Formats: sequence, structure tokens, C-alpha cells
Amino acid sequence: MSKKFLSGNEAFAEGIRLARPQVISAYPITPQTIVVERLSEMVEDGSLSAEYIHVESEHSALSCAIGASAAGARAFTATSSQGLLYMAECLYYAAGGRFPIVMMNADRSTALPWNIYGDQRDSLSQLDSGWIQSYAENAQEALDLALMSYKIAEDKRVQTPYMANLDGFVLTHTYETVDIPTHEQADSFLPPYETDNRIDFDNPKNMAFSAGPDTNYIFKYKEHKGLLAAAEVINETEKEFAEIFGRQYTGLTENYRTDDADYIIVTLGSIAGLCRETADKLRDRGVKAGVVRIRYMRPFPNKEISDVLKNVKAYAVLEKDISFGNEGTVFTNVNSALKKAGIEVKEYNFIGGLGGRNISAGDIENIYTSIARGTGSVNFIGIGGEDNGK
Amino acid sequence: MAEIVWLGRGGQGAFTAAKLLGAAFTIRDNEKYALAFPSFGPERRGAPVRAFTKLDTKPVVDRSQTEKADYIVILDDTLFGPQLLGLLKDDGKIIVNSKNNIEDVLTFEAEKIAAEFGLPTVNTVMFGLLVGLSGIVAADEAVEAIKGYMPAKIQERNISALLKAVQEVAE
Repeated sequence: MSKKFLSGNEAFAEGIRLARPQVISAYPITPQTIVVERLSEMVEDGSLSAEYIHVESEHSALSCAIGASAAGARAFTATSSQGLLYMAECLYYAAGGRFPIVMMNADRSTALPWNIYGDQRDSLSQLDSGWIQSYAENAQEALDLALMSYKIAEDKRVQTPYMANLDGFVLTHTYETVDIPTHEQADSFLPPYETDNRIDFDNPKNMAFSAGPDTNYIFKYKEHKGLLAAAEVINETEKEFAEIFGRQYTGLTENYRTDDADYIIVTLGSIAGLCRETADKLRDRGVKAGVVRIRYMRPFPNKEISDVLKNVKAYAVLEKDISFGNEGTVFTNVNSALKKAGIEVKEYNFIGGLGGRNISAGDIENIYTSIARGTGSVNFIGIGGEDNGK
Repeated sequence: MAEIVWLGRGGQGAFTAAKLLGAAFTIRDNEKYALAFPSFGPERRGAPVRAFTKLDTKPVVDRSQTEKADYIVILDDTLFGPQLLGLLKDDGKIIVNSKNNIEDVLTFEAEKIAAEFGLPTVNTVMFGLLVGLSGIVAADEAVEAIKGYMPAKIQERNISALLKAVQEVAE
């Protein structure tokens, strides 16, 4: 293992190098560009043996990865924001075709107004596309997820593409120390990709076919079951990862000081660290504050979330997203988890960080204090709250 | 936590200096942590750039821009304004590359040292001045960071310039 001072993008590229993809299709877009640049340098200098295809658009990038996967290759691509939206048609082909492609998405705002900064509206708009979706907090986790992603996606029980989300700029462009495993360690963790779901001239079969009303829903049901199965595979994979690399992750969610918490912020991505630091500060003042970080939005951690929120006085979902005309999508998902578990707790939504706007420690402290005294159900940090449908 | 803000213009290497400091701080000690990041957004040569280095003995989780700095290092004196004093902690200091004396800040002719080693930019000289003045990292840790993170063909000149700058403020 070697230690390096790397950005989130560079760390992710190192993780992909260790995973030995055979085909990389790439179209650059800020703030994803550096990951595909680094990978092209690795292919050029021979430290990664892959077919690197510089395509003409994001739609082609994912189409190309689908083709590669259908030929039995381990495929990688990366995108962001409008690029993800442009390839949206192909997301569903990849998922429905059960092609375990890994794609990094640098979470970035969506137009208009045009903006290259980070928020999570791009990937959250694609929750229904049938992809696994992870959200990393820091560069080390980004590298580790890159390596774990293929093992999870390619598992026979799962066979589902994997979208690894990194917050644009605050994670993709921020440098920190990262442990880089050796190729020997990585190879012992992740075997080469083997599948029957590929073009094979000796055993020809129909792939990527049509299915009419009689059978279509069975494919969709199986697709759903595959994504659900990822939850268990993620836990198994993390256990195996810890044995080899010494870093233990916590499954679909990560809890911080939640055991006796009265007030919890549920969030995702790189803002979670500042939430934990703020929770510590409030604990020093006698407020029982905690944090739940959602690591995976799909499969969604219904049980993990209802278990941890069942005894709180109130919770806030802090997210860099808004589903116009309703509320934040993460909030909708979290509330649904509690409703299914029959739990009644005061719930609040805080929308922040849109278009890259800073979320400060003071903003987070305000969330804790305002949910303790009660506020509007949907609140825009820096603007105010409103009651949505109440 | 120690926080350093770097001000330069696109192409002057302010962010490279911010990164080198973070790398130097963590290069030998697994119990030390750093974050380094630029002011985010489109990059344009000549446009004002800010960069940030945060150093601590526990993982740095606050990824927001520094509000109170221990040091502000300014590579181009046209970027200095008295309002920057408000960005300092009580005992914070501002280090400026300038031929002129400026009130309330430490000025050095970094360009002179850079020119001596044929360097077109002053970033590693300013890094050296910071190292010499603050002792925030040791000079040999700074050298190791240059060896690890700058292209091989410019390492030697940058190391020489850095060490000269460290010496300059030690005297």
C-alpha cells in the first residue's frame, strides 16, 4: 500500500486502474474530466491495459460501454450533470440488459441557469433508471468504492450497473491523503469478469431483445430483485474488503452518535463530515445530535433508516436536490421508509448547496436548532421554510 | 487546525503550492491530515485564483472555504487589499511577493529568488518563505513533497529556490 496526496477524481481513477477494466469509453465534462484524463495517461504509460475509446458524446460513451459489456468485457465510463442527462436513454438499456458497467458521476448542477458547480440533482433525477447508486464522502472512500463497485455489480445475484457518485469539486477537486492498495491485493479481491450474458459465437443467443406485455414485467421484476439483492452483496463485499485492505465500511448507511440521539440529520455525500463535527459541538452543549449518512440511494436503506430514526424527537433530511413542485427526493424516500415501518416522527427537509452554494457549519447548526423548536416542513437554507402539503 | 489561503493569478501555481504544503504536512506522519483545494470553477490564465490548505492532527472534514486564516500567501501584489486583514485569525500573518513595503504585511521580493533559478513563477519561493516563517512543515518535508508531486525536470530548480527562500527568512 502506498500513501499519496490526491484529488477525489485522481483517487477514483487509481481505484479503477486497480479494477483492470478492459474498455474505457470517455467523453470529458467538468468536473469529471480529470478522472478520464488520468485513465488515458495510465493507458498511455502502460500501467493500465485497456481499450480507451474517446467517443463523441455521453450518449455514445454509455452505448459503447454497453457494447463492450455485451462482448463480455469489464467496462468503465464517467460523466456529470448534462452529460448524465444526455445519456439517460442508455442508462435504462444498461440496467435492463443487466450489464454490470461501472460509471463515475461527478455530481453537478443541472441547467438552466447553466452552472458547473456541485449539487446532486443530476444523479438523483435518475434513481428510477435501475442503477445501483453510491455516494462517497471522501477520496479514500471514492477509491475503495471504485474497487468494490465491480465486485458488487458483477455478482451473479446482482448483475446491475453501478453509478458511483462523487460531489463535484468539493470531492472531485479536493486533495487529501489516500492509501493506494497494491495490484496484488486488488487482484486477490477482484477476479476477472466472467459472464454468460455476452455474445458468444460458440453458443449464439439473442441479447437485448424485445419483450411484449406477456413477459416484459417478469424482466422488470427480476431487474428489481437484482437491485434489491445488491444490499446483501454490498455487506459481504465490504467484509471481504476489510479483510484484505483493513478498512471496514458500514453498508447502505453510516451512523454517527445516533444511539441516544434526539435530533438527527440524514444526508449524503461530502457534507456529512461537517454535520458530524457540528453534532459534536452540539453534544458538548448538551444537545443529543447525531448524523446518518446515506451511502447508497439504490438499493435504498429502508430498514437501516427506520431503525435508526425510530426513537428520535425529530429528523432533518439535508440534501442538494429539489424535485420541483414537491420536496427533496431524498426526503421523500426517507419518509417512505418510516411510513412503511409505522413510525411517526417529526420530519423536516432542508434543501441546500444548489448550484454549488456553500453549506456552512452555522447552517448545519441552524438545522439542529430549528428542528428542535419546529419549523416549516421544507426549508431552503438561506431563504426560508414553507409547509408543503400540510 | 491551521488554515492557509493562497492568492495568485491563473498560471502562477498558487494551487500547486497549496497542494505541496498539504502533501509535505502528511508525507511522513500518518497521524497528520490535510485538505487542499482551489477556488472552484472555470480556470482562466491571469484571473485571480484562491487556493486553500487545511492542516490538522485529525481528519479534516470541513470542506468549505476558509473564513479565518493563519497565513495568507499572495503571489501577486496587485491582489492585495486591506480587506484581506479581515480574513486573518488574531495572530494571522500575510506574506506578499512585492518590491514595495506594504503596511501590516510581510513583503519579500520572491521574483528575485525565482529569477536566480530560472523559474517563471514564484510559487515554490512563496512556499519556502511560508515554511521558513511558520515552521508549519520542515524544509526537508517540503523538498520531499516537490520530489513527489512536481515533474522531474523542474524539481531541482524548485527545490533550490525553496531552500533559498527558507534561508532568506531564517537570517
